[in-house]
Amino acid sequence: MNAMDRKIRVLIAKPGLDGHDRGAKVVARALRDAGMEVIYTGLRQTPEMIVSAALQEDVDAIGLSILSGAHMHYFSEVKRLLDEQGASDILLFGGGIIPDEDVPKLLAMGVAAVFGPGTLTQDIVDFLKREVPKRWAKAGL
Amino acid sequence: MRKKHDWMRETYQKSTERMPERKVAHRTLSGIAPDPLYTPEDIEPFDYEKKLGYPGEYPYTRGVYGSMYRSKLWTMRMFAGFGTAEQTNERFKKLLAAGQTGLSVAFDLPTLMGYDSDHPLAKGEVGKCGVAVSSLADMEVLFEGINLEEVTTSMTINSPANAIWAMYLALAKKKGFDWKKLGGTIQNDILKEFIAQKEFIYPPEPSVKLVIDTFEWGPKNVPRWNFISVSGYHIREAGATAVQELAFTLADGFAYVEAALARGLEIDYFAPRISFFFDVHNDFFEEIAKFRAARRIWATEMKERYGAKNPRSWMLRTHAQTAGVSLTAQQPLNNIVRVAIQALAAVLGGTNSLHTDSYDEALALPTEEAATIALRTQQIIAYESGVTHTIDPLAGSYYVEWLTDKVEEEARNYIEAIRKMGEGTPYPTLYGVIRGIENGYFQREIADASYRFQQEVESGERIIVGVNAFKDEKEIEVPILTIDPEVERVQAERLARVRRERDEARVKEALEGLRQAAVTGQNTMPHFVEAALAYATLGEMMDVLRKVYGIYEEPVMV
Repeated sequence: MNAMDRKIRVLIAKPGLDGHDRGAKVVARALRDAGMEVIYTGLRQTPEMIVSAALQEDVDAIGLSILSGAHMHYFSEVKRLLDEQGASDILLFGGGIIPDEDVPKLLAMGVAAVFGPGTLTQDIVDFLKREVPKRWAKAGL
Repeated sequence: MRKKHDWMRETYQKSTERMPERKVAHRTLSGIAPDPLYTPEDIEPFDYEKKLGYPGEYPYTRGVYGSMYRSKLWTMRMFAGFGTAEQTNERFKKLLAAGQTGLSVAFDLPTLMGYDSDHPLAKGEVGKCGVAVSSLADMEVLFEGINLEEVTTSMTINSPANAIWAMYLALAKKKGFDWKKLGGTIQNDILKEFIAQKEFIYPPEPSVKLVIDTFEWGPKNVPRWNFISVSGYHIREAGATAVQELAFTLADGFAYVEAALARGLEIDYFAPRISFFFDVHNDFFEEIAKFRAARRIWATEMKERYGAKNPRSWMLRTHAQTAGVSLTAQQPLNNIVRVAIQALAAVLGGTNSLHTDSYDEALALPTEEAATIALRTQQIIAYESGVTHTIDPLAGSYYVEWLTDKVEEEARNYIEAIRKMGEGTPYPTLYGVIRGIENGYFQREIADASYRFQQEVESGERIIVGVNAFKDEKEIEVPILTIDPEVERVQAERLARVRRERDEARVKEALEGLRQAAVTGQNTMPHFVEAALAYATLGEMMDVLRKVYGIYEEPVMV
């Protein structure tokens, strides 16, 4: 299978107690429409559940949706667990209500991209189509 | 008089041949495609008595009260809450000093989900999207210095509504306030949690039981209290159209009425204290039509279908909030304009209470300055715009009356579809809603509508200023509110102190009473109040019920 046939696999997750899932669902659907394999975790996921699902589903990328203000906590926890499990090459991205001033901090901790309000789903599709093949190349896939 | 279609074929057509129609969506957010023009023939025959009536009279299309804003403006009730009870108490006082006329409490996610601030699942979330309240001790600080007999309080709380209301009532009792004089609202609308906001804990049936406990206990113990605020706001924000918002909200309202009747309560005993809460979104005239249609549908169904005799059972009293989802992170000051237009629609729609969003809400919780501008928006509409001189000023507009009828018709179609799902049961709206929740009907409708909307935005059919058109290269910086991370520690300490100082035996007994009531199907409210007075924590009360009712996991769908 070459990179042209291989489908991008993405986990879309809602960490924590926040139940606002409109954006997560719209993104999941848009990625599916763009030909990707998308697993949507549903609500109330702990970082452990998210990383476990990501590894089980052998995904290329994880998208976190956080509107509750707890983004610093959840992104850092998920990143920590990915690193611990030797899965730091999985692309971590996300969106929700994240103040501009926190974005550089997230990028510095290894989050690949933050897609705030007003993002077009096409931007997320383009991002994944650009970045995931790099991951495949690095892994010799 | 010349017919409209003649004008369309002649003058309108000539005009569009010279200047074609602009290539944007000439559709409301519900997909209703208005004609370029409305004339008398679009609404005739117009039966004024049947369709509108007078304000304060059935079917209340023109307003629930006889003199509406001429006597009393809508309540200016700004939703507020963040960090600790001290910080929120301070914001309450500032908003009251700035002229708001009612309080509205926003709780943090752990509280909304029935967890104490020191629960493992609360980590990172305490005080972030509302105020942390874990026991009566927090409630005491939250309302410090506020006379509960003089100001009404609305609390946006759902699964833990019984417990939080009990804490408020316990506070009132301790401070010597008379329950008969307390006014306020608890949102307490669990059906919309399953449909949209997802802050459910227990499965649908026991959750509805807890709500009906308040229907039963409320009117005789706290007669001025609205024990429910049947909500469309969250359904709308999740992606529903205006028509769906209206239909699903009214269906929920009827579902609760049926559940209360199933318990053997008299309709006129509880119905007067049912209140509502709608979104007020961008399509100006559609929103106004929605409010008018809402009042008319509720009145006619309550009178004709459910046989309510007390006119107060027919009156749809409602709070409204401007649409958070319509606010943009790009060029945030534009949001002041959006909110002003939306607030005006709510007023022209006859709302009884209003919250206006702050311009920074796509970024964070509102700063004090931003919240003040939002309040001033209401005050300017109230005192400077002149729209309050006369009641329901848009009545008689060919478009507005046509649109009110259209929104009503389409909403009724949805309500019928929901009732069909409950066909064959003695309570078709109640069972229709519950089946719709379980089989994913609402989820699908909402997800489809929100995906459609996103596609319209991405194709450029729907313009959002600053986002897909009229963008600025350079974004302005606005100050935002940050939550002090110390909140978690402060709350943990307070909880430790509460547990240390309270009468453990009294707590145990109260929680056992609550458990018994849940197991035997008795009314839980007296037990919630006793538990609150004993300083049982929110988590302790909710855990008792978690053990009895179990927890609910929704079917996952995109």
